[in-house]
Amino acid sequence: MLKTFRIGGIHPKENKLTAQCPVTMVDIPRQVSLMLNQHIGAPAKCIVKKGDLVKVGTLVAEAGGFVSANIHSPVSGTVSKVDQAANAFGVCTPTIVIDTNGDEWEESIDRSTELNETIELSPEEIIQKITQSGIVGLGGATFPTHVKLMPPKEFKPTVLIINATECEPYLTDDHALMLESPEQILVGCRILMKSIGVNHAYIGIENNKKDAIALLEQMAKKYPGIEIVALRTRYPQGGEKQLIDAILHKQVANGALPVSTGAIVQNVGTAFAVYEAVQKNKPLVDRIVTVTGDGIARPGNYRVRLGMPIRELIEVAGGLPSDTSKVILGGPMMGKAISNLDAPIPKGCSGILILNEGHAHRGTPSPCIRCGKCVSVCPMGLEPYLLAKLSENHLFEKAEKESITACLECGCCAYSCPSNRPILDYIRIGKNAVNQIIRSRKQS
Amino acid sequence: MITAIIILSIIGLVSASLLYIISRKFHVEEDPRIDEIESILPGANCGGCGYAGCRNFAEQCVKATSLDSLLCPVGGNEVMKKIAPVLGLEAVEQAPRIAVVRCNGTCENRPCTSHYEGAHSCAVVAALYTGESNCNYGCLGEGDCAAACDFGGITMDPVTRLPRINPDICIACGSCVKACPRNIIELRRKQETRIYVACNNKDKGAIARKACSVACIGCGKCAKNCPNGAITLTDNLAYIDDSLCLLCKECVEGCPTHAIRIDTIDNPSVLTEEKESALC
Repeated sequence: MLKTFRIGGIHPKENKLTAQCPVTMVDIPRQVSLMLNQHIGAPAKCIVKKGDLVKVGTLVAEAGGFVSANIHSPVSGTVSKVDQAANAFGVCTPTIVIDTNGDEWEESIDRSTELNETIELSPEEIIQKITQSGIVGLGGATFPTHVKLMPPKEFKPTVLIINATECEPYLTDDHALMLESPEQILVGCRILMKSIGVNHAYIGIENNKKDAIALLEQMAKKYPGIEIVALRTRYPQGGEKQLIDAILHKQVANGALPVSTGAIVQNVGTAFAVYEAVQKNKPLVDRIVTVTGDGIARPGNYRVRLGMPIRELIEVAGGLPSDTSKVILGGPMMGKAISNLDAPIPKGCSGILILNEGHAHRGTPSPCIRCGKCVSVCPMGLEPYLLAKLSENHLFEKAEKESITACLECGCCAYSCPSNRPILDYIRIGKNAVNQIIRSRKQS
Repeated sequence: MITAIIILSIIGLVSASLLYIISRKFHVEEDPRIDEIESILPGANCGGCGYAGCRNFAEQCVKATSLDSLLCPVGGNEVMKKIAPVLGLEAVEQAPRIAVVRCNGTCENRPCTSHYEGAHSCAVVAALYTGESNCNYGCLGEGDCAAACDFGGITMDPVTRLPRINPDICIACGSCVKACPRNIIELRRKQETRIYVACNNKDKGAIARKACSVACIGCGKCAKNCPNGAITLTDNLAYIDDSLCLLCKECVEGCPTHAIRIDTIDNPSVLTEEKESALC
């Protein structure tokens, strides 16, 4: 019996169209745009100005606080503009625009492909290196990695969990990465283990990636302390709390940090980025993005430089089909539909999903029939129908009592609702409002 | 039968005397003027005065030493004039106000670039993205303001998809101002002619103009031309101070994007020309 989390969850159609596509390198874009707030936390502070020459890996914006991340130039060229530009959702955000010229890298970066297994740095130096390299959670949450590696003193990490579940339908970027660079991931895992001082790590992979499980199991024999765990395919297994529950059988209390269970969870893409940063001195300048959808000519897993316009990457994959109705940044469950294709690819973009007319639309909402499906699928054990109704009627204090802040916005409730009710839409605004109330209460 | 009557009468008597004793014992001395003022107030309990309902407002009136900062927006000056003698205070005449919508992003002026089909709430749209047009500051058209109005004073125009405020109903309680996630609605002096900048876009001129043909581009021409210095420019957006505005219309004529609007009593919301074709 394969492990999985114990409360709620769904199994949507997997649609992993690009599972067998190897990672394809994409040409360097002519221009990149780097948004200063592409991670969770304080926006980065721009340290370049128009006309500055930069190389691949040059620091162009430094972290604007502890919970923030550095940003490096993914191309070599000239800074052409530091100004407001619309992000994928049309919202104007401060952005650095760089015009590409050649492909010159910073001398300190080791561009060889040889595997470097010896970890020379001390835990403090590793964390410092990760901080400098601007690494954030590459699963999509974009939480700065170094912050997670420095938990509050009262918590002692006992185990590392690498999240390679990739539970979102359609997305295969982590899968492709595991098949392409299994050893680098395992070394990255060892580095992370050393940085937090633990001797044991689990790599959780869902059972729909049998080739990746077999490959990593074989490779992991060389690396003591790393255990590959095959998990039953179930969404949202990639949620931090769900993964801890699935692997360790421990529940994270509402409001508590996941590290309170002793586990620190990092994405598999992050582990690879950590390997490159620590062993090869390479900051986060590229990532794998799955471009997928039913009518796409060349769907695949593309390694792209960050900041490349989304439109150009779609062109690489064969262009937008004529019946395109919706383009989603991320997967179909937690991704967000975008309105501006000229926006750049941010650090947290794991996929671009293009949906045609037949798949893109929501059903017409009808009244709640009290079937309780949303309650039974909620992985946090909440009552989504109630939370949505409370938020809709601005009863935020009651919503707080019903633990609205525990919602991880996985969308299982809206997915399973037979009445097509926009449950998650309302829960989101309620959650924001309650978080604001809690913050202002703390201040006063 | 008789026993039942006697028992019930005894229970009644005992209860009545108990109630009487308790009501005397726990009697709370309250200023009788609170009740009197409450009976004068319209009883809408809208909260537009800034207090939790009409009774709370009445309590505040009794506590106050002057009526300067107290106004029941529903009853207006008339009600305040009735309240003043009860308290032995002078009623302060306050200019009546009305809500105005600082956006003219009709479908013609502000082209739709995407189609939204989620929950019908401006708050939800605002949390997700810029809305169906490229304007980061304009009306989202889902009608949170209309839903918030207790008096039915706001209707969503089906053609322009902008809110229309009925000047006969609007009492400037401010609930729409709070409900709008884009902060588009403002309470301004209710004059026969009202001149205001019907735009809330703080982006630079080029970006604002690209999103909407009637956006304020922050050129500052109106501020330069205003004879009374009523217009200020902050964050690429002009603002007309209604207490200084002389209604000379100099700014309206000079505005290159026609972002400054005039509302008159006969023409309550110039925003719509009755067109049958739904554009959006």
